[in-house]
Amino acid sequence: MFISESYRKIMRDGIWDNNIVFSQYLALCPLLAVTVTATNGLGMGLATLAVLISTNAIVSVTRYLIPSEVRIPIFVLLIAAVVTVVDMLMDAWLHELHKVLGLFIPLIVTNCAILGRAESFASRQPVALSLWDGLMMGLGFTMALVVLGAAREIASAGTLFANASLLLGDGFKFIELTLIPNYKGFLLMALPPGGFIMLAFIIAGKRLLDRKRVANKAQATLLSEAIPEEIR
Amino acid sequence: MKSDSDHIKWLIEEAITYKEFLKHWLEPSNLERLRPRLAFQTGVLAGFALIASFLLGVTHCSTHDAIQQRLDEDLQKSLAEVVPSTLHDNDLLQDTVTVPSAEDNLGANETTVYIARKAGQVSAVCFKLAAPDGYSGIINMVIGINRDGEILGVRVINHAETPGLGDKIEIAKSSWILDFNGRSLLGLTDAQWAVKKDGGVFDQFAGATITPRAVVKTVHRGLQFFNRHRNELIGS
Repeated sequence: MFISESYRKIMRDGIWDNNIVFSQYLALCPLLAVTVTATNGLGMGLATLAVLISTNAIVSVTRYLIPSEVRIPIFVLLIAAVVTVVDMLMDAWLHELHKVLGLFIPLIVTNCAILGRAESFASRQPVALSLWDGLMMGLGFTMALVVLGAAREIASAGTLFANASLLLGDGFKFIELTLIPNYKGFLLMALPPGGFIMLAFIIAGKRLLDRKRVANKAQATLLSEAIPEEIR
Repeated sequence: MKSDSDHIKWLIEEAITYKEFLKHWLEPSNLERLRPRLAFQTGVLAGFALIASFLLGVTHCSTHDAIQQRLDEDLQKSLAEVVPSTLHDNDLLQDTVTVPSAEDNLGANETTVYIARKAGQVSAVCFKLAAPDGYSGIINMVIGINRDGEILGVRVINHAETPGLGDKIEIAKSSWILDFNGRSLLGLTDAQWAVKKDGGVFDQFAGATITPRAVVKTVHRGLQFFNRHRNELIGS
């Protein structure tokens, strides 16, 4: 399938280069609160994804209508309305998951990443691109939540995707794994400080990878006797 | 019939006029001219507020029944855990008495007591109660008491206690909460209704005393509440 350059860039930005959590360091409040298990992370990520796509689409469609003087209250109003709608829909149709995440869904309103995407992307770009941006940023955020949730869950309880069948249906029972049987548990990782510690490790790992990649690129360009355009 | 078709034709023409007007009005160039105007800004903000409230209203109306049904199911499930189905043949959710409980420190000014009947006679009651003094916030529980004042069961509905320490009050994590089964005000003195550390008979957890202490105290208060209102509840 042909994907034009701008779409590919948005994809790279959302998933890796400009990832909401790992590069922008936004949305840490809901992030640290829910990522005790990978399942919670996945649920919260998907809810945020839905909100992000909806708000990006609405903001982009109405971007000529919104005067810059009142854009912030309008964005906040839109985000709060969409989050509340998602909250009610989840309470009605995904009740078991809502019982687990219920406390955190309203927190999506305070997720500055959503306001950030509306402000810096959707209010200036056409609808298709904004939808794509919402999808990719949302996927990147979901990925970050799942990775952090999985790392914390393994470290704190020795399991992975516990209770995933509550979220995805009984067909997904097979992904509920116990990786370390008879694990005594490491409580710190389930508590908020553990979230910060684990997040720091993951971010350090990502930066290491990025640095290696830049170094490799620089070396490759040096070898081809060209002047490297950009070394970060 | 003719007037009807005329009417429809007129409606369509009207709609086309409005559509044309709207199309022109929504042109980016036209909107650019309007955007700096204060009246336009106010109007847009009000418009968005109106649309948002409409959206919320529609969603609320369409999910309200489903949410209520889920909450009822939840309640039914927790009630069934503390009052075995062999003890009643009525619908607990429909058979309730509301008792003022502002003085009893059960977490609410009024407590809805669900009455379990077998062949018309009251066999047990159950109600929700909350410990206000948990380690981190309120612990919501449900208790079932038979007509003689013995506890049939206590379950924690939700709490925010420390995972791994205080959460042993959940039946899913530990059997501690089953220790209340069969207890009554007759079997234990007031001083014995406490955790062992405070001279009572109930275990505390290693590393967590505040949580079980709050639960024990609240269950005790719940029994006292039942005792005070026993005659009106059993006789109803």
